[in-house]
Amino acid sequence: MAAAVSPTSLESAPRIMRLVAECSRSRARAGELRLPHGPVATPVFMPVGTQATMKGITAEQLDALGCRICLGNTYHLGLRPGPELIQKAHGLHGFMNWPHNLLTDSGGFQMVSLVSLSEVTEEGVRFRSPYDGDETLLSPEKSVEIQNALGSDIIMQLDDVVSSTVTGPRVEEAMYRSIRWLDRCIAAHRRPDKQNLFAIIQGGLDADLRATCLEEMTKRDVPGFAIGGLSGGESKGQFWRMVALSTSRLPKDKPRYLMGVGYATDLVVCVALGCDMFDCVFPTRTARFGSALVPTGNLQLKKKQYEKDFLPIDSDCACPTCQKHSRAFLHALLHSDNTAALHHLTVHNIAYQLQLMSAMRASIVEKRFPDFVRDFMGTMYGDPTLCPTWATEALASVGITLS
Amino acid sequence: MEMKLNLTKVVNGCRLGKIKSLGKTGDHTMDIPACLLYTKTGCAPHLTHQTLHTIHGLPAMAQLTLSSLAEHHEVLAEYKEGIGKFIGMPESLLYCSLHDPVSPCPAGYVTNKVLQKSTIIGVIEGGDVMEERLRSARETAKRPVGGFLLDGFQGNPATLETRLYLLSSVTAELPEDKPRLICGVSRPDEVLECIERGVDLFESFFPYQVTERGCALTFSFDYQPNPEETLLQQNGTQEEIKYVAHTKKIKTTSYNQEMTSFEINLKEKKYQEDFDPLVRGCSCYCCKNHTRAYIHHLLVTNELLAGVLLMMHNFEHYFGFFHSIREALKSDRLAQLKELIRRQAS
Repeated sequence: MAAAVSPTSLESAPRIMRLVAECSRSRARAGELRLPHGPVATPVFMPVGTQATMKGITAEQLDALGCRICLGNTYHLGLRPGPELIQKAHGLHGFMNWPHNLLTDSGGFQMVSLVSLSEVTEEGVRFRSPYDGDETLLSPEKSVEIQNALGSDIIMQLDDVVSSTVTGPRVEEAMYRSIRWLDRCIAAHRRPDKQNLFAIIQGGLDADLRATCLEEMTKRDVPGFAIGGLSGGESKGQFWRMVALSTSRLPKDKPRYLMGVGYATDLVVCVALGCDMFDCVFPTRTARFGSALVPTGNLQLKKKQYEKDFLPIDSDCACPTCQKHSRAFLHALLHSDNTAALHHLTVHNIAYQLQLMSAMRASIVEKRFPDFVRDFMGTMYGDPTLCPTWATEALASVGITLS
Repeated sequence: MEMKLNLTKVVNGCRLGKIKSLGKTGDHTMDIPACLLYTKTGCAPHLTHQTLHTIHGLPAMAQLTLSSLAEHHEVLAEYKEGIGKFIGMPESLLYCSLHDPVSPCPAGYVTNKVLQKSTIIGVIEGGDVMEERLRSARETAKRPVGGFLLDGFQGNPATLETRLYLLSSVTAELPEDKPRLICGVSRPDEVLECIERGVDLFESFFPYQVTERGCALTFSFDYQPNPEETLLQQNGTQEEIKYVAHTKKIKTTSYNQEMTSFEINLKEKKYQEDFDPLVRGCSCYCCKNHTRAYIHHLLVTNELLAGVLLMMHNFEHYFGFFHSIREALKSDRLAQLKELIRRQAS
């Protein structure tokens, strides 16, 4: 068992976040991450490229959209093509030829998403491969080892993840185990100078457990913290309260990464609550179902109503799809078997997400974030007062009123 | 403004030339022999405008298929600004074929449709019957058409010689100064055979088919390489042919049966750790940025990017082949190119 890290080592943790501006009302911050593969402006949305590819979008297209950090997944890449091959290819950056930053998840989430194929013990998570039935043990040490081989700029601890709908002693067990696994990850990490290991706060929907986890993990010498175990099936009311609790106890000078959040409203509210980084499969996944994201929600372009709609998806959008194509053409293409239809929408949806973050950041820097939030909610819901209750409450808790 | 074909030279039946006065404003030209850009529902397969335009040597003319667009004709009527603008190719020259060469109807069931402000291409039919073929050619040649579509010459390799003989007879009946387009023929070796029999324009669906089976075109069209390259290529080519011949023996019922010796199958395990580009020296986006190992990974994990990258490479490689045909004709070296392709055909 690794020795516990002493509280006094707080000072030596690398400071990768520089705060540029803070909202005087809410907890929103604008900042800049200094990472090995270049700077990243925050708040930031990180698209998910699970298997070393952004689903049909080339690295050049992703770069042109302004993306400077995206995700890969340790569980998937650990199986195919495997860390040895990726190491031979000069790391994940070399393998997929991505010049900017990468963040890899530890494989923890797969414990929930693939729960029928996994078994958790103190040692680690035992997975049965869906491809060949082989068993693999993903321990904190193994996860860090794989991530060291991948060479991503930010690596995540292996955490004991339970679904947010689970109650009872399992939640507490998972929280304490996550702390122990954090220490094991820190001890196993071979490249702290090249790769930033983030801790992941657990504790489910229990305020006391969360608070305990926060208190313990913030004693550890890590460059950043993630808020995990949320964005599952929990109610939005519980969700925002756990986020707010977490940001109130996390250090100001380190990045806060809220995992699995990607709906536009959630992003705006959670930026107000003090989060800096987000990831979610939603925008890229929904694109492949023919859904285009717009400030008023989304357009289900396969529907007949778009058959003769000659406007672009969003007249104010500067993405290549909106510059060249109409909803009507995309509708026609979506009804063919040409995969280009999906790629057009993926490009647009990533552009939408990045544009949203960029607009939020500008409003924080220019000291008009609360107005931005009101405008956003007005556009999305028709009137700021028609915003969902949970969002109104969450915003009110940090001093932003919508009426 | 009627389009006009000016022949620069004719060598052993092969025509080198320029089609002039193309397009709405009549100021586009197109070199022949050439291929057309294959599209599905008005869009290159797998490719957005952005990724399409990273390809070097894009054909001046794209092929649309009526079969994929017919269901949208009401939309187009209401759109009023023409198919080119609708599909996001307002500047491109467009050819509309009745059928998609990848999923065609049987030949002979073609009926002409009247398209306003477009040049009409006359279709030569007649099946395998010489008399009918000649009759079709002579009668169609009398009409004021802009060019000729040679239909029904596609088929399996066994009947190729017969069909090629028919083809010669047909093109002999056609006026020299109008372009001849053939449908359903896209393989490199068959393209050259047809060029020798007076054909000018081809469809580019072959690189698409190669892409769909997870393969990459690797055949050489460098008919005058330097001596070191020749040696390297010969060694490479021989190795590929040996391996392909071997797999063909065991996998008689798999999809790989359709695979030609002009390509490699990136799904094969041997590419798992191959960090070379698909083709050394290729200037396409895929070869400049990615490795065989990466493409292999994308195919094994069923990722969409595999199709995108392979399509980019396969189109560029194929367009490069057509460029080399024109260059070879210019410098009277077509025989060398033909021999090179023949050596690589299985």
